[in-house]
Amino acid sequence: MNVDITGARIYFTIPVFGGIPITETITNSWLVMLVITGLCIYLTRNLKVKATSRRQIIAEYLVETAQKFVNENMGEKFAYYGPFIAALFAMSLLSSLLSLFGMYPPTSDLSTTMGWAILVFVLITYTKIRHGGIGGYLKGFTQPIFILTPFNILSEIATPISMAFRHFGNIVSGGVISTLVYAALAVASKALLGLLPGMVGQFLSNIPILQVGIPAILSLYFDLFTSVMQAFIFCMLTTLYIANAASDD
Amino acid sequence: MLEKAIVMAGCAIGAGLALIAGVGPGIGEGYAVGKACEAIGRQPESKGDLLSTMLLGCAIAETTGIYGFVTGLLLIFVAPGIFINLL
Repeated sequence: MNVDITGARIYFTIPVFGGIPITETITNSWLVMLVITGLCIYLTRNLKVKATSRRQIIAEYLVETAQKFVNENMGEKFAYYGPFIAALFAMSLLSSLLSLFGMYPPTSDLSTTMGWAILVFVLITYTKIRHGGIGGYLKGFTQPIFILTPFNILSEIATPISMAFRHFGNIVSGGVISTLVYAALAVASKALLGLLPGMVGQFLSNIPILQVGIPAILSLYFDLFTSVMQAFIFCMLTTLYIANAASDD
Repeated sequence: MLEKAIVMAGCAIGAGLALIAGVGPGIGEGYAVGKACEAIGRQPESKGDLLSTMLLGCAIAETTGIYGFVTGLLLIFVAPGIFINLL
């Protein structure tokens, strides 16, 4: 019996710039982007001023929820971040939910979450510089006293790293634990049913009966709950950090 | 052969030790959830706000545990290869 825990498989390599590997992460991310684009096009066809179709009511509900979330957490002056946060949420949620279909979720690759976290870090720095100017941004590092500058720089760098690792770690841990339990259930059912006497036991012990049903309960937590939770938390932290960058403290 | 065995054993023990990091977030999150339950008991109408705040706090408290987990993963999947190449 072997347990197979791997990262993203490399399909092929484009032989430019020293070889760009095309991995499962990239193909699955493009799949998610296609699904989101298709969903947006489907939901926004034939829009009326007054909603008549069920499709338009769903679309309006989604947009209003996203906008309300941003307005509550960042304030009205950051209302233009609504589409960005909604896109981040949709991308993160659908990427993680791919594991429900047995596909490799792009969010269990550190490159994906690190990319998003660096994007958020750039936005935070941009907001800080725009709000307080270059001088104010640099002066922020020496608060409250000058000696703390290295620690301030460290905590600045720690923000994107902790965001990326939190999302990555939660999704990966779900995948690893699911795989381990799935493998363990096969061994357990073989040992348990092998106790039955005669031909019946020999026949039944070759079928991993315990693998039916029990992994679904785990999947409910690790795939559904964790995916929704992590997407929500990533967006929440993004809004809070960006809003905090513009506040006077 | 012996060197390889020592490297593998060291990495496995290290991974096990790294997962002790899961204890802290467990205690911390339990405490946070307990307090949130108390608060909901006192003010049931503020359940929505409390819930999202608590979940956010839990997620942040979880960070150290996740660091331990990532360290464990690195020790199991990445470190043995590097150290065996060094031998």
